[in-house]
Amino acid sequence: MAILLSVVVIFLVALAAPFLNKLFKGAAGWVLSLVPLSIFAYFISLIPLVSAGEVIKESHVWVSYLGINMSFYVDGLSLLFALIITGVGTFILIYGGGYLHGHHQIGRFYLSVLLFMGSMLGVVLADNIISMFVFWELTSISSYLLIGFNHEKEDSRKAALQALLVTGSGGLAMLAGAIILVQITGTMEMSEMLNATGVAESPLYLGMLILILAGCFTKSAQFPFHFWLPGAMAAPTPVSAYLHSATMVKAGVYLMARLNPVIGGTEIWFYTLTSFGAATMIIGAWLALCHTDLKRVLAYSTVMALGTLTMLIGMGHEYAMKAAAVFLLGHSMYKGALFMVAGSIDHEAGTRDVRMLGGLRKLMPYTATFAAIAALSMAGVAPMLGFIGKELVYEAALSVHAFPLVLITIAVVANIAIVASCGIVAIRPFYGEQKETPKHAHEAPISMWLGPAFLSVFSLVFGVLPFLIDQSIISKASAAIGGTPDLVFSLSLWHGINAALILSIVTFLSGVGVYFIWDKIRDGAGLQGFGKLFGQVPEKGYDHLLSGMLSFAGIQTRFFQNGNLRYYLITILGLTIALFGFTLFTQSGTVIPTDFSSIYAYEWVLALVIVTSAFVALRAESGLVAIAALGVMGYSIALIYVLFSAPDLAITQVLVETLTVILVALVLIHIPKAKMQVKPSSKLRDGIIAGSVGLLVTLILFAVLDLEFDPYMSEFFAENSYVIAKGRNIVNVILVDFRALDTLGEIVVIGVAGIGIYGLIKLGKSVLKKEEA
Amino acid sequence: MEPLLAIVVGFLFAFSIYLLLRRNLVRVVIGVIILSNAVNLLFFTVSRIDRGIPPLIPAGEYVPVGDIANPLPQALILTAIVIGFGLLAFSLVLTYRAYKELGTIDVDEMREAEPRPQLKKEGK
Repeated sequence: MAILLSVVVIFLVALAAPFLNKLFKGAAGWVLSLVPLSIFAYFISLIPLVSAGEVIKESHVWVSYLGINMSFYVDGLSLLFALIITGVGTFILIYGGGYLHGHHQIGRFYLSVLLFMGSMLGVVLADNIISMFVFWELTSISSYLLIGFNHEKEDSRKAALQALLVTGSGGLAMLAGAIILVQITGTMEMSEMLNATGVAESPLYLGMLILILAGCFTKSAQFPFHFWLPGAMAAPTPVSAYLHSATMVKAGVYLMARLNPVIGGTEIWFYTLTSFGAATMIIGAWLALCHTDLKRVLAYSTVMALGTLTMLIGMGHEYAMKAAAVFLLGHSMYKGALFMVAGSIDHEAGTRDVRMLGGLRKLMPYTATFAAIAALSMAGVAPMLGFIGKELVYEAALSVHAFPLVLITIAVVANIAIVASCGIVAIRPFYGEQKETPKHAHEAPISMWLGPAFLSVFSLVFGVLPFLIDQSIISKASAAIGGTPDLVFSLSLWHGINAALILSIVTFLSGVGVYFIWDKIRDGAGLQGFGKLFGQVPEKGYDHLLSGMLSFAGIQTRFFQNGNLRYYLITILGLTIALFGFTLFTQSGTVIPTDFSSIYAYEWVLALVIVTSAFVALRAESGLVAIAALGVMGYSIALIYVLFSAPDLAITQVLVETLTVILVALVLIHIPKAKMQVKPSSKLRDGIIAGSVGLLVTLILFAVLDLEFDPYMSEFFAENSYVIAKGRNIVNVILVDFRALDTLGEIVVIGVAGIGIYGLIKLGKSVLKKEEA
Repeated sequence: MEPLLAIVVGFLFAFSIYLLLRRNLVRVVIGVIILSNAVNLLFFTVSRIDRGIPPLIPAGEYVPVGDIANPLPQALILTAIVIGFGLLAFSLVLTYRAYKELGTIDVDEMREAEPRPQLKKEGK
């Protein structure tokens, strides 16, 4: 119950947030942060259980007839994520309160952020894969609301829609993949999928893998879907710090990690994840250097981190699992801190453009200090947690079974750019000559440096004292990713002088070098061309796809709904011919009757008269001829009814036919003859369509007549007509007794038609002509 | 007799569809008349027909004596004939009114509700 409660409470508080905001005014952020803080404390209390190797499960019936339960599952991996979500979330609420202080829609901000927090917690805790999908989509929706927070700006709206469409369509693909996975494993609970065997051998494996990875790659901004993430920087900075670096974008990584023991371990898994991951890593890292906007630099470095995590999960060996867990935690902490710092700078100095910033250290001493610590962790400098993480990444890349040299080269080159980005984000704005900024800068309020303070200081503490986290939680998270429950290890800063350490030193020194020449290379052709190719081309592709879809919809609509009655009919009839004809010829086959011997000569004549008179009506140039022909046809049909035991039908037909002829004659007098030009080709087309329909109807009738007739209903009426309803004319009894309500409906229809006719003739002189005048 | 009527029904369908595809609204209405007759006849045919045994119960009997024609489709067709007439009367008068209002009976010219598509670019 407790886990469900922890998710539900957040949703409830989310709904109450706008009111709490009114109640507590400026302190609302602090008050609301107590919610994630207490849930954070609850999850901390689960650490001893989980580190002892237990998994906590909880299941609630939701949609029982589909087997969908609201079930939860806490192991090392979900616990690590839950702690990051609630821990960072606590500071984000506090920070958001300061950052958006006085904003007229801050209540909505709290609502959306808490909505997201609950959804994200649901994603990482859910055991049932369908429940997980529901939470997954909720994160996309809350992300949409948050990116579009400044909805007056067109850029915000566009970025929000872009993020929603990219992650949403990926999410749909993932749903399909999840359903296939359920088919293969026979269970919806991810904890039970771990026991499934033969997943990789299933013929559905490849399709399932592509669909699920489509969801993960779009959500976690892997190349070439990475473009939505920098766009999402249109969101207020607390949102970027939370959703678009520490948590939501890691949902795809989470799912890959969670399913790694089930669907991973194959060659295709290895090559897909390592190649997409490595490409994302190096492209993201260097795209960061093409920009001078602090948030964009950070966004692209986040893309790099997501690529790193994807690559690590793909590698599949023990080092990689360790590295993934450590890097995940390390990244969430330093990146969350640095985003908040970037927001503080923007908030206090009025710009995020690094070219306009400098020497803020004296004005913003706390922010500068914590930025520096966080940046050291990001750059992977000892003794930070980020250092341990990067060492492990290097070791993982070195010990991979295929192409270790390629992967380690990519990792080093990517990390060089990251070191340079650290300098751009944490050194340049604070050191050097003090520059004139749009706003006169001063230190941010405590709400805005508390988060960076905690996150950066703990990056240091965990680095110096790794035993605080290694066996209790990191080991268990790695074990869950690898599917090896017994994995236990210790972390340490010093591994002796080995290849990874040397590479780290090389990385750091080259990174510093790149930082110092950054001003020179930034606008150079090389980096700008790189930015165009990998930053703008995928986004252009998205734009073209979107506008292509819209214009395709336009063309399709104009084609099918062109307002021309005949084309509508042709479409409907064409489809009817195709579908009925296909079914008839493939399913039942055609039957051609050969026995016409029981038909009397006068019946042949009657049939010929009906067809001929109808044809005359079709060909008639003058209305009068058509009326006469129609009359002949109608009376002949009445004769058919007479001959074949239907006297009531014959009487009705004669009456109606007489009325019809009179009515048509009355109307046609008022309408002049009109000759309308029709191309011979369209006459031919109409003839073919009409002929096909006629042929099809005849063939269907032949097929139906070949079947046994079931007289059950008719016998019922015959037997009960007199006994129950006291009538000897069975047809009449059916009409006025057994199916009296139908007849009443019929009378109503005729009445309505009569009223309509009266209205058309008598009322409202001329609507259209009045409008024109 | 049923196979012959099946062929007749096929012809009536073909003629009526051809008329429904004309530009002249009067001919469309003639198509409607033929179509409603064709459908009635179709229904009559599929429920099997017999000569000279109307579905009546002789005086003094409680149930029909011997074979009778199938009464149920007859009841349904009777309804259909009447409804068909209602439809026809309404569409005839609608045609008349449309001619009075629009001055044409060319269905291609009647574009008040769905004007011709504008081929200019969307947006901007």
